[in-house]
Amino acid sequence: MADPVLSIRDLSVEIPTRHGIVRPVDGVSYDIQAGEILGIVGESGAGKSMAGNAVIGLLNPPAHISKGEIWLKGQRIDHLKGDAMRRLRGKEIGMVFQDPLTSLNPLLRIGDQLTETMLTHLPISRAEAEKRAVAALEEVGIPGAAERVNSYPHEFSGGMRQRVVIALALCAEPSLVIADEPTTALDVSVQAQIIALLRRLCRDRGTAVMLITHDMGVIAEATDRVAVMYAGRLAELGPVRDVLTHPQHPYTHGLMASTPLASQGKSRLHQIPGAMPRLDAVPDGCAFNSRCPHATDKCRQAPVPRLRNGQAACWYPLVDEKVI
Amino acid sequence: MLAYIIRRAGQSALVLLIVGLVAFAMFRFVGDPIDNMLGQERTAEDIERLRAQLGLDQPFVVQYYKFLEGAVQGNFGVSYRQGRPVAEILLERAPATLELAMVSGVLAILFGIALGVFTAIRRDGWLANVIMSASLIGVSLPTFLIGILLIYLFSVELGWLPSFGRGETVDLGGWSTGFLTESGLKALILPSITLGLYQMTLIMRLVRSEMLEVLRQDYIRFARARGLRDRAVNFRHALKNTMVPVITVIGLQLGAIIAFAIITETVFQWPGVGLLFINAIQFVDIPVMAAYLMLISVMFVGINLLVDILYFFIDPRLRADRSGGH
Repeated sequence: MADPVLSIRDLSVEIPTRHGIVRPVDGVSYDIQAGEILGIVGESGAGKSMAGNAVIGLLNPPAHISKGEIWLKGQRIDHLKGDAMRRLRGKEIGMVFQDPLTSLNPLLRIGDQLTETMLTHLPISRAEAEKRAVAALEEVGIPGAAERVNSYPHEFSGGMRQRVVIALALCAEPSLVIADEPTTALDVSVQAQIIALLRRLCRDRGTAVMLITHDMGVIAEATDRVAVMYAGRLAELGPVRDVLTHPQHPYTHGLMASTPLASQGKSRLHQIPGAMPRLDAVPDGCAFNSRCPHATDKCRQAPVPRLRNGQAACWYPLVDEKVI
Repeated sequence: MLAYIIRRAGQSALVLLIVGLVAFAMFRFVGDPIDNMLGQERTAEDIERLRAQLGLDQPFVVQYYKFLEGAVQGNFGVSYRQGRPVAEILLERAPATLELAMVSGVLAILFGIALGVFTAIRRDGWLANVIMSASLIGVSLPTFLIGILLIYLFSVELGWLPSFGRGETVDLGGWSTGFLTESGLKALILPSITLGLYQMTLIMRLVRSEMLEVLRQDYIRFARARGLRDRAVNFRHALKNTMVPVITVIGLQLGAIIAFAIITETVFQWPGVGLLFINAIQFVDIPVMAAYLMLISVMFVGINLLVDILYFFIDPRLRADRSGGH
């Protein structure tokens, strides 16, 4: 297999607080290949977005990378600072945020926001950038792109704005796109369109995508592989089909069992007992041990095995257990 | 947009009409000017003649109508004290006040915005903190005290700058300017700092807090995530969004600078309309007071109208007539 576009090795992010150091991302490793969509799934506070922010170098201080390495196309980027990191943002790593209503500057025409991004990164003339801006809007399916470049963000609907945001993230042709909950703020009918658009564009260009979401439907529909995060750690990582239908980690299993299905009717939904631990109170051993029905003393003491060949970070991976 | 401007202009006219009523009411309720104008040795005949000459013997409504009619044509009657047309006196004094207000306003806006942006971007820097602390002085010290302190320091102790007056002025076809002579420029320095300091610190603190708010917005984060240079993020994206509320306040403050020039002009004996007004109060020179009141309100209303129109150029969301939205 070719070198991965993005390779994260044992990444940890720490935030010093008054009550000691918390670790919202704790020893996470994964790769994303060109043209591949990796889904990152987990509850709020599981560290999904924090890992994405670490990759693009936009952690809010005092959060910082405390351990591990981030490699982008064979170049190590986790220690890059200031201008060197800025040059990568937009050029090599594009980012799509959750809320398209607030992601665009309300006072600038969208054409200007596109051209300024391209002119910052690409050695092209203004006229060329303006031409490409129209093309970029056409590509994301905005009708009448030639006139719409002169529109302001408030003249677009939410779904259309997210298309503009995607055009902005992709306009300098980055090799990696981090999409942080790109459909969460949208109507369900629009969600599918946006996901399909993101998939098509990235397939066509061979862009690697890190798709962060808590929506299992989006994961099933869009991703090739999926990483399940729990309390800052990777619980499970594998091809999306395997993880969704044959989860090996008890947490993933619980997560799948608690996803409502239309076919199930109104029967009572499965719940995982308890709540994800606060980041300053993650238990020793496996972070999930206090809520896990299979936990033993071993889980409460010994550090969890790293993901190597198996897909789950668990002493007792579930074998052939179908989701109810 | 045109309809909006016409509506706003209509409202402005109504405000001016009401101010006009207040200004006119002063004639009726503040003392009898005849007493002041004629000396101790006066006859009943003198009083009657002067009363008729000034139109003070006519009924209220007629007087109000005449007042408005005159005011619209820029005719505010004759100063009780100087015996000359008020408009003439005001025109003579206006350049001094306008030049002072202009210099103070430009200083306040330039330094206010620059320092506000600086303290917002370098939020945790030591220099930003020093500036923020120092700005408390500007906000809390009364204007006259600042003026007196400046006079003490730069005129009395150091002897660098004049403590009063406008210095030499050059007459440019009825407009006397202090910009063209060295002494005129020197004389401008202390009064304009005194007058503009409060507005400057106000603008600075406002720009800072608005900018900090804007810098937290998603679109700023998105702009950073697209790898735009800091300069583009701070000035193109953040500052422009900061300016909408700031312009409102700047507009009001410009009016305030002209109106509150009274104090500064008194401290520095600056021969402008503010000083004229203070003297007019002492002599119950009502035509001058009324004209001053009208002048200031015209300025306030005019500036507000300008600010409202400026919004259109800054914020596209207000340009309702060219919406292509859904």
